[in-house]
Amino acid sequence: MTNRKKSLKAIAVGATVLGLVAAACGSDDATDSGGSGSDAAACETTGSVSLQLQWFTQAQFAGYYAAADKGFYAAQCLDVEIKEGAVEIVPQAELATGNVDFAIAWVPKALQTREAGADIVNISQVFARSGTLQVSFADSGITSPADFAGKTIGNWGYGNEYELFAAIGAEGLDPASDVTLVGQQFDMVALLEGEIDAAEAMTYNEYAMVLEAINPDTGELFTADDFNVISYEEAGVGMLQDAVWADAGRLADDAEYKDQATRFVAASLQGWAYCRDNLAECATIVTNAGSTLGESHQQWMMNEVNKLIWPAPDGVGLLNSADWDRTVTISQSTPNLEGATVLTAAPSDGAFTTEITKAAWALVGDGADLFGNDYAPETVVLKEGGN
Amino acid sequence: MVTRRARSAVRRSVLFVVALGLVAVGWEVYKALGPDAGGDIFGWKLIPKTNDRVMPHTWEMFAELTRPAIGRGDQQVWQVLLGYSWYTFQMSVAGLIAGTAIGVLLAVLMARFGIVERGLLPYVVLSQTIPLIALAPQVTAIRGSLDWPQWTSAVALAAFLSFFPITVSTLRGLQAAPAASLELMASYASGWWTTLRKLRFPTAIPYMVPGLKLAATASVIGVIVTEITLGGLRGVGYATIDYSQKVTSQPASVYAAVFAAAALGLVMFAMIVGCETYVMRNRPQEERG
Repeated sequence: MTNRKKSLKAIAVGATVLGLVAAACGSDDATDSGGSGSDAAACETTGSVSLQLQWFTQAQFAGYYAAADKGFYAAQCLDVEIKEGAVEIVPQAELATGNVDFAIAWVPKALQTREAGADIVNISQVFARSGTLQVSFADSGITSPADFAGKTIGNWGYGNEYELFAAIGAEGLDPASDVTLVGQQFDMVALLEGEIDAAEAMTYNEYAMVLEAINPDTGELFTADDFNVISYEEAGVGMLQDAVWADAGRLADDAEYKDQATRFVAASLQGWAYCRDNLAECATIVTNAGSTLGESHQQWMMNEVNKLIWPAPDGVGLLNSADWDRTVTISQSTPNLEGATVLTAAPSDGAFTTEITKAAWALVGDGADLFGNDYAPETVVLKEGGN
Repeated sequence: MVTRRARSAVRRSVLFVVALGLVAVGWEVYKALGPDAGGDIFGWKLIPKTNDRVMPHTWEMFAELTRPAIGRGDQQVWQVLLGYSWYTFQMSVAGLIAGTAIGVLLAVLMARFGIVERGLLPYVVLSQTIPLIALAPQVTAIRGSLDWPQWTSAVALAAFLSFFPITVSTLRGLQAAPAASLELMASYASGWWTTLRKLRFPTAIPYMVPGLKLAATASVIGVIVTEITLGGLRGVGYATIDYSQKVTSQPASVYAAVFAAAALGLVMFAMIVGCETYVMRNRPQEERG
């Protein structure tokens, strides 16, 4: 019996040690907190707010990381916790449940969540253009959505497919019988392997993936000449993408939250203006914030994202009502394969406000060029593997 | 005794390496002989393609480990993965401890009260049919409302996966005490608690070991799935998603993360084997699992 007692004691000791190990788990969180507090002297108090992204840290969100890194949030007396997304994270749902203060989300998806009862509001439409493409090999003969007929077309599903369906519908094609639609991973392997004729791609991410892959026929990287690219924005069916969403109820009742929202948008737009003018530095800021994308891939993403924002002739972050109406119309009128539309009815009042963005501009003042009328994209050359 | 055990440990390690080598050889042989573009058997697409994008060379997979890690100064991928593995390991161990505590408690309750066993066991079994990714958002919603850190979701889901084999195996073990011994305890007028401590629990330990081994690897899976689905945690699961994003141009990249996950599972498993050897060291050979 003594031996058994000893072994039980050993187990207990072991468990205690492991428990201590486990307790150490909380020490390093993967989240990034912005604002070094360098300007804290000018602030009576520094408010803490959190922002939910749609995906892991990458240049798609560079403006927010730059605002943190360059102290724009701190200058607005804000301490911003930027939360990375993941496979199952729905930013607008995180916002609606109160887990975060602000969220980045595509407009159709956020409106769908809103229709299901989430009390959220678009306070700044950062991306003015859609970055969705359909990419095919140059020899496939697919140069416009009309050529999708009889082809196998990849798409991501989960609400990322409505521009494709709108384009198919606009050509008078029946998505169920005239095209073969197949699910696609968030990579371009299926296209390169010939499993699909055209792949869905974002200008700033998946399209770069094919350009940094080796063409087995030449032994060198694929070039833009090897592919046909259909832009849904140019095809006239672009839907609004990354926007800043806030809690509508709090915005109406909580003056402090409204003030924070204004300051948050001001500093974020300032961050985006900074990234327009400092592409390479912003790519580095994002990498330092924890992204592991290669240097040329990160810079490509930064450049392409800038193109979606700039120039902003009406002012950055201001929602364009024609784009909004088109997004809403497609959301209501385009059925997917199951016959479902994104929205069953027009969004109720209060789905967006331009008041916050305009107030944010006033806060920025001369601190940044919020129009970028002279903006010209840079040329980024992708290297193998995006390195 | 010691030499025999040491010899058997060496033999097992050698066999493990040999088996791993055989898998690698099999992969390369198929890659060399199989059709590049795949093929059909009676019209069914059954023969996988063997090109470098679908089946990268095994040495390319290992070479991924020595690539420089992006954004990490001079570190190489394996060093970064070691850090990720430690992060995931801590949560896995915490999940395993929580799962073991819950599992043993449930088993004791079920062994003590037949009505609890009849009422609860079906639900315990049912719980394991819930897909983890369906449960994850609910768990994190509760976590968020309590304002606990994100790693507690990972620990909770690891515990959720690991308690089941422990409950089942412990229950079986607690019920395995020989009738003669139970009668002996009864003749000493021992209470139920004393019998549990002195007879049932020691008898149950050999039964619990296989359950713990399953639970240890399940706990790692629970943490990895949480990292992938819920984010905010930078461990092996994050690395899996992160490296898989490069699959278009670097098909072998994701295997570095897969190796790390597999190694982590092995370490957890080995930990249980180590505990087992220690706890069982004074038992007769035939009782050892």
